[in-house]
Amino acid sequence: MHISEGVISAPVLIGSGVLTVAGTAIGLKKMDYEHVAQAGILSATFFLASLIHVPIGPSSVHLLLNGIVGLMLGWGAFAAILVGLALQAMLFQFGGITVLGVNTLNVAGPAVLCYYLFGRLVQKDTGLAVVGAFACGALSVLLTSLMVALSLLFTEESFFEVAALVVTAHLPVMIIEGIITAFCIGFLKKVKPDSLPGFSTSPGESTVQ
Amino acid sequence: MLSESFAQGVSLLHRLDPRLRIVFATLFSFLLALSLKFPTLVSGLALSVILVWISRLPRMEVAKRLTVINIFNIVLFLVLPVTFEGTTAFFLGPVACTREGLLLAARITLKSNSILMIFIALVATMSIATLGHGLNRLHMPQKIVYLMLIAYRYVFVLEQEYQRLSTAIRIRGFVPKSNIHTYKTYAYLFGMLLVRALARADRVYQSMLCRGFKGKFYCIHQFSFSRTDRIWSGCLFLTLILLGGMEWLAPTIF
Repeated sequence: MHISEGVISAPVLIGSGVLTVAGTAIGLKKMDYEHVAQAGILSATFFLASLIHVPIGPSSVHLLLNGIVGLMLGWGAFAAILVGLALQAMLFQFGGITVLGVNTLNVAGPAVLCYYLFGRLVQKDTGLAVVGAFACGALSVLLTSLMVALSLLFTEESFFEVAALVVTAHLPVMIIEGIITAFCIGFLKKVKPDSLPGFSTSPGESTVQ
Repeated sequence: MLSESFAQGVSLLHRLDPRLRIVFATLFSFLLALSLKFPTLVSGLALSVILVWISRLPRMEVAKRLTVINIFNIVLFLVLPVTFEGTTAFFLGPVACTREGLLLAARITLKSNSILMIFIALVATMSIATLGHGLNRLHMPQKIVYLMLIAYRYVFVLEQEYQRLSTAIRIRGFVPKSNIHTYKTYAYLFGMLLVRALARADRVYQSMLCRGFKGKFYCIHQFSFSRTDRIWSGCLFLTLILLGGMEWLAPTIF
């Protein structure tokens, strides 16, 4: 879900750039050095998620999984996603310098929100946790597509049709992401429960096996 | 397979000081992103073509990267003239195409192509490690550079891991379809990737501590600002002023 270079107007570029810098600063401040290595490897994983294509009907979509990144990192999602997007720009030239701010905000903003909305819920042992995980995955994609649409609309009101197209195109993606997030969270809860949410265990504890 | 296909190469641009290239790529990109006038945009495109030409990158590869962005631009050319309100330029059957819509689509096409080519010529010609160290020297926060270098280091490792896992499920007879089984399999695959990545992160951090890591990567490589660099930054700075002048200072001349 990239906005490419040259589309967005100056006020939107600058406004979202400032918000991204602020979000990243908060994320970095909350992240101590012990966790930077974890966040770095998670942002590499986030980057890879965009290479995994999942079939849906006749075509396929690639995973965004910002809901899971949000759950695992909280505010740190800003820094991790910024780096993930910078790597995509370097390796594939998807996006670039000027749209790094707006793209990071659109993906990381919903991730942080989902962390606050569903962080507690997905930890529970009831069926509600599964519903929460599904909602987390679906909502993060829905919000991201809405924010992309808003960035376009703030740029130019006549972008309405393009913006509407972005949101509609992501409705099926939303459901797939919800299903995958629900399964993935269920898997993580079974295999490595301490990784959710905002996993605060100090690194090294699990190395003594 | 992932690779930094543009980072290797022998050209003047590959040899320029990375800091200079990062700074000018950023300035040019923002200048063009904020410009509205066609003379500026066309000159920007010319500049970007010249830079790509000097960088001596494989042209087919560059063209491939540009194709992706231009498919999106074609969509804009199809949608914007029809949906945009303004004076009618011509009729396409019963549908009126507006002048404003066409101009906007053209502007976006010019901007996106030139910004992308400037990025390819100036930034993609360095490895991510060099970019990290360059950003470090430009006083970016220590933590974000560290994060970036770690992420870069493990993108390739994790990609291999992903390839291994997907080969494993294929050998067990997995064929992706649109069904719950497929989504579950992909979710578990990604979950496994995360679990292994976190375990690896733990080990990596422990081993860094063993080697006396204190939260800083030392950049042994010394960047030297040579005479060529000085000449180039002079030229690029002049171009920058010229482009900015065309956009904001001389509305009557252009």
